[in-house]
Amino acid sequence: MSKEPRHYTGDKDIQVIIGTLLRTGVYTSLGIVLLGGIIFMVSHARQPVDYSIFRAQGPRLASIGGILRGVLTLDGMAVIQFGILLLIFTPIARVVFSIFSFLIERDYLYVAIGLLILTIIGISMNGGFTH
Amino acid sequence: MTVIIFTLIVLFGSLLAGFLGSLTGLGGGVIIIPLLTLVLGVDIHYAIGASIISVIATSSGSAAAYVKEGITNIRIGMFLEIATTVGAVLGAVLAVYLNPGYIAVVFGCILIFSALAALRKKADHSDNLAVSGLGNKFKLNGSYPDCGRQHPYTVKHVPGGFFMMLFAGTLSGLLGIGSGALKVIAMDNIMRIPFKVSTTTSNFMMGVTAAASAVVYLHRGQIDPGIAMPVALGVLTGAQIGSRVLLRTQTGMLKKVFAVVIIFLALQMIYNGLSGKI
Repeated sequence: MSKEPRHYTGDKDIQVIIGTLLRTGVYTSLGIVLLGGIIFMVSHARQPVDYSIFRAQGPRLASIGGILRGVLTLDGMAVIQFGILLLIFTPIARVVFSIFSFLIERDYLYVAIGLLILTIIGISMNGGFTH
Repeated sequence: MTVIIFTLIVLFGSLLAGFLGSLTGLGGGVIIIPLLTLVLGVDIHYAIGASIISVIATSSGSAAAYVKEGITNIRIGMFLEIATTVGAVLGAVLAVYLNPGYIAVVFGCILIFSALAALRKKADHSDNLAVSGLGNKFKLNGSYPDCGRQHPYTVKHVPGGFFMMLFAGTLSGLLGIGSGALKVIAMDNIMRIPFKVSTTTSNFMMGVTAAASAVVYLHRGQIDPGIAMPVALGVLTGAQIGSRVLLRTQTGMLKKVFAVVIIFLALQMIYNGLSGKI
């Protein structure tokens, strides 16, 4: 191992693409959240709410399949949840994109690190720990 | 309370939380959770679920700008994300088994710590002299642009920083916050990364860290669209207004006033947690 510090500067193009990806992801998903919020308000504005006791959401709003089915019927709650799902996937998409850019740079160490991060998120998504 | 009134109150409160969180550098999450639980009586599980969503929105939004400027060190970010995502999943799973009262007490302590850390004068420990084997091996050393020229820097104490990040990630997953104050300790104080790089890289990492615990929360039904919608929209809008105001104002006095408010909220959280009201 060399004793001289080595410096690495990122590729300008990749930084611009990652920046654009993050920004587009955040605004698109929050646009959908807003749209779902309006649909939800129109149909539920005067209903009473009580969030003082935690009752877990049913699979209708807690699983990807349930949310997608709800979006097809234009259910406001499901549209909001779909926007939130897109928001959650925005930074994950950034990791996927970084893996490809490191692959182009032939930096296989960081390809492996990116894949490791995706694996960790994948395990938590499958709920292996949660039940 | 009806849906429309609840939504408007939460929207306004989140706007304020995002605004103050961005002015003081504390982040919106640490403010919105006491607001929801103490003021509106929302169960802490829902508050954490909504807050983690707002963390993804604000951190990704501001990370976008910093990445384009080339200040963020993507390699340091991704290397440390191994630690923060593992921690985030552990924290979110731990939240299932912990009594909500304990979570409120831990939250209060972190809140006090973050408020004090935001007040402290920050010293830049970075240099370009020391050499670390792991820093070279993982290609963490870099340079950042400032005033028209590149400033090279080296990274030290990689294992120490990595473990601190594991801890920061766990608290982020457990409490639904970005835990920026702890990430800054890992990067500034332990790894000796320049202040500009550590702040922006910590922001860059927050999105993925929060996403890792958000999938667990979504699966557990803790993300309620009725709360997450006004919180995410409000905090992001407030944070963007805040970052514009920040460029034009001195925040020294505001930080002090705000730290007092935060410490009061934190004590309230700890008291309610201990007395079983949360």
